[in-house]
Amino acid sequence: MEFPLYDVLIVGGGGAGLRAAIAAAETDPGLKILIVSKVYPMRSHTVSAEGGAAAALRPEDSWENHAFDTVKGSDYISDQFVVETFVREAPVELIQLEHWGCPWSRDPDGKISARPFGGMTTWRTCFAADKTGFHMLHTLFQTSLKYDRIERLDETFVTSLLVEDGRCVGIAALNQRSGVMSAVRAKTVILTTGGNGRIYAFSTNGNICTGDGMALAYRAGVPLKDMEMVQFHPTGLPSTGILITEAVRGEGGYLTNNKGERFLKDYVPSKMELGPRDIISRAMVTEFEAGRGFAGPYGNYMHLDVRHLFMRELGLDYVGIDIVHDPIPVRPVEHYMMGGIDCDITGATSLPGLFTAGECANVGLNGANRLGSNSLSECLVFGAAAGRAAAHQAQEAKAPTSNPVDALLKDETRRVEKKYLESRQGTEKLAEIRVEMQRSMDEHVGVFRTAEGLKEEEKLIAGFRQRFARLKIEDRSHVFNTELTAALELDYMLELAEVMTASAINRKESRGAHARRDFPKRNDEHYLANQIATHVPGGKPKLEFRPVRITHWQPQARTY
Amino acid sequence: MAETVEVTVQRYNPETDSAPRLQTYEVPYKDDWVVLDAILYIKDHLDATLSYRWSCRMGICGSCGMNVDGHPKLTCSAHLREYRRGFTVEPLSNFPVIRDLVVDIDDFMAKLKSVKPWIVRELEQPLGDGEYLQSNNQIDHYRQFSQCINCMLCYAACPVYGMEPEFLGPAAIALARRYNLDSRDEGTVERVNVLAASEGIWECSCIGECSVACPKGVDPAKAIQQTKFDTVNGAIMSTMLMPFGNRR
Ligand SMILES: Cc1cc2nc3c(=O)[nH]c(=O)nc-3n(C[C@H](O)[C@H](O)[C@H](O)COP(=O)(O)OP(=O)(O)OC[C@H]3O[C@@H](n4cnc5c(N)ncnc54)[C@H](O)[C@@H]3O)c2cc1C
Ligand code: FES
Repeated sequence: MEFPLYDVLIVGGGGAGLRAAIAAAETDPGLKILIVSKVYPMRSHTVSAEGGAAAALRPEDSWENHAFDTVKGSDYISDQFVVETFVREAPVELIQLEHWGCPWSRDPDGKISARPFGGMTTWRTCFAADKTGFHMLHTLFQTSLKYDRIERLDETFVTSLLVEDGRCVGIAALNQRSGVMSAVRAKTVILTTGGNGRIYAFSTNGNICTGDGMALAYRAGVPLKDMEMVQFHPTGLPSTGILITEAVRGEGGYLTNNKGERFLKDYVPSKMELGPRDIISRAMVTEFEAGRGFAGPYGNYMHLDVRHLFMRELGLDYVGIDIVHDPIPVRPVEHYMMGGIDCDITGATSLPGLFTAGECANVGLNGANRLGSNSLSECLVFGAAAGRAAAHQAQEAKAPTSNPVDALLKDETRRVEKKYLESRQGTEKLAEIRVEMQRSMDEHVGVFRTAEGLKEEEKLIAGFRQRFARLKIEDRSHVFNTELTAALELDYMLELAEVMTASAINRKESRGAHARRDFPKRNDEHYLANQIATHVPGGKPKLEFRPVRITHWQPQARTY
Repeated sequence: MAETVEVTVQRYNPETDSAPRLQTYEVPYKDDWVVLDAILYIKDHLDATLSYRWSCRMGICGSCGMNVDGHPKLTCSAHLREYRRGFTVEPLSNFPVIRDLVVDIDDFMAKLKSVKPWIVRELEQPLGDGEYLQSNNQIDHYRQFSQCINCMLCYAACPVYGMEPEFLGPAAIALARRYNLDSRDEGTVERVNVLAASEGIWECSCIGECSVACPKGVDPAKAIQQTKFDTVNGAIMSTMLMPFGNRR
């Protein structure tokens, strides 16, 4: 059987994937490009970003300042060469997006405007009203339609990477509409599958953020990096986890405890509400533990008070909150994955032919704590870089032949059908395992961690995985079987939860978002390093530390 | 006994059903729930075989559109407290049903592309020269039309699209308009032909069902009205501006 062949195949149609596709098309208009996405591209979770995208565009700003803020924010385990490249490219990318039609909000002189954001020392977060991610995504998607060489397979779920002779030669995927498994050959593949927040019960991430690409790469032998580094955003709505954008604090909103105090004065006195997310989240939990939170049906919360700002619209009236007269209840919520697929500055991974970009990648920008508004820019800068690098490699590469792909697809189809559609033995319910995993991850791999909690989580995950092996899929149909795709996703999430927990156990210090109660201090002697996790079939992940690259900025105490 | 609410859902599995059927579930009632929460509850606790789309839960990804008691709604933004006495959920009207609550929107995806929803310019300014200047006032000209999340509620509400599937439809026309009104764009003349060729546009009586259904405050009916006007003028314009007006 002859399988379709593409030069550049992109898994994911979010900000990073679309930017990569356009970059590949512009590098060489002769290339055949395919975007494979499990949802229509404009449904990707990039759409939910509100706050903005960072770039040192304004004359009073400089790339050095942006770089230093990013490095300090990362608690010194970002790759400083990567950071420098990023901050120099980000302004160009935002202007490129402007040329493509993004409705950036403007200053009176007609130039792109910027607003303050947590952890940034100056106004450099560019925004498109209160819907930056939405406008970026739709601008990129609509612009991508201009290129006839960019084809798409929408609502197609990638189940594995095809690897032949140590090279990535394509993907196997489930067509959700027909339920048919098929393979696509590709000279190069770029993973841009986004975050994995759905591993947690309380998260700002959408239903599709299940870390698929990280698990796909990991299982294909590509290491994951810094998987213990998970960002908790201070201001999620207690019931749903829906995010109150950081711009609200940027514009002057106050966080207060049940004594009516702006408690951040005891934690980040010089920044207050504009402090970095990891520190504010910890401050909130510490206050809760001291009995200074408000008690509610969904646990403790704080007040985010915007009454003095005379804001009208936050889109919150539909959750029944009147921001003009009442403070908004908020609590820390899982938000962003700093960890991801290890790759170099072009997005290339250790597997020849495989590239990655966006939230699923870890190029070394965010280290132990991402600064808000850096990740939309990251999707653009490194999405474009990966698109160009993959295009160049595809120009040189030989086309993978169909024969081995045929065999690989047969194996993969058998695996999926046997495990999920044919097996009638199972007894375990998908939703139950998922919910238990999510709750226990909230509890043990959250804002604060301890050895006991993490070890407990390790045991629990082993149990979940055993139960997952006895899963019962009730939906046996082929057409749009969302129970099947949810099972595939849970399989990925369990794999990643294990890696995250193991990595958290192994980093015996506190740095950035990783706060160990039993090791409350940063330990540069041992851990000024990135943690690399490699898949060991049938065993626990293999963990090792790799020193970080320091160019200009020597580690200092991270105080604000 | 905790309070519950009856949810009737249209089911259809092309592999086993010859026609759609209704199935009723009893779901806990919670004051702070939205309709989508009730559907998620069914999936997790009562019937794992129910299929539907959703993702963001914050009214922005456009996945979760369904007919609730006959009206197109984003189910993640429709409060359960407004449906306390029970309700019926069906797939959006005017689209082929793939399964249960999942409809086929390929037709829209093709139409969207046909209106060239991207910036068209004769000459590109180099990136090194910075951004095209635009005032917030100029953004206001097209802002509302740029708010479309492609949720398809307007197509489900549109009586013309129901009868005349060739009709470009509210969202595609609103997005064409969004670019036409953008000070950076020069593509109006190119879009005119597609818009004029769309049969249904003249059948639209502009009663504005689409604008009522839109959860994002877009007014496609206005876009359609303005487009009719422009199309008449545009036809005149393009004959005057040949061959420039003929540019593809
Ligand atoms: C509520 C919220 C607000 C945020 N606000 C900001 C902000 O203001 N500023 C900022 O910089 N960052 C913000 N972020 C972070 C930022 O939005 C994300 O990091 C970024 O958008 C991720 O983009 P992406 O392209 O990597 O992934 P996504 O946009 O999530 O796209 C992932 C794509 O991969 C596809 N995919 C996944 N798995 C598969 C599979 N198995 N098969 C096929 N396709 C697959 C999906 O269909 C999707 O198209 C926010 C995040 C959230 C959740
Ligand atoms: S789930 Fe995204 S719009 Fe409703």
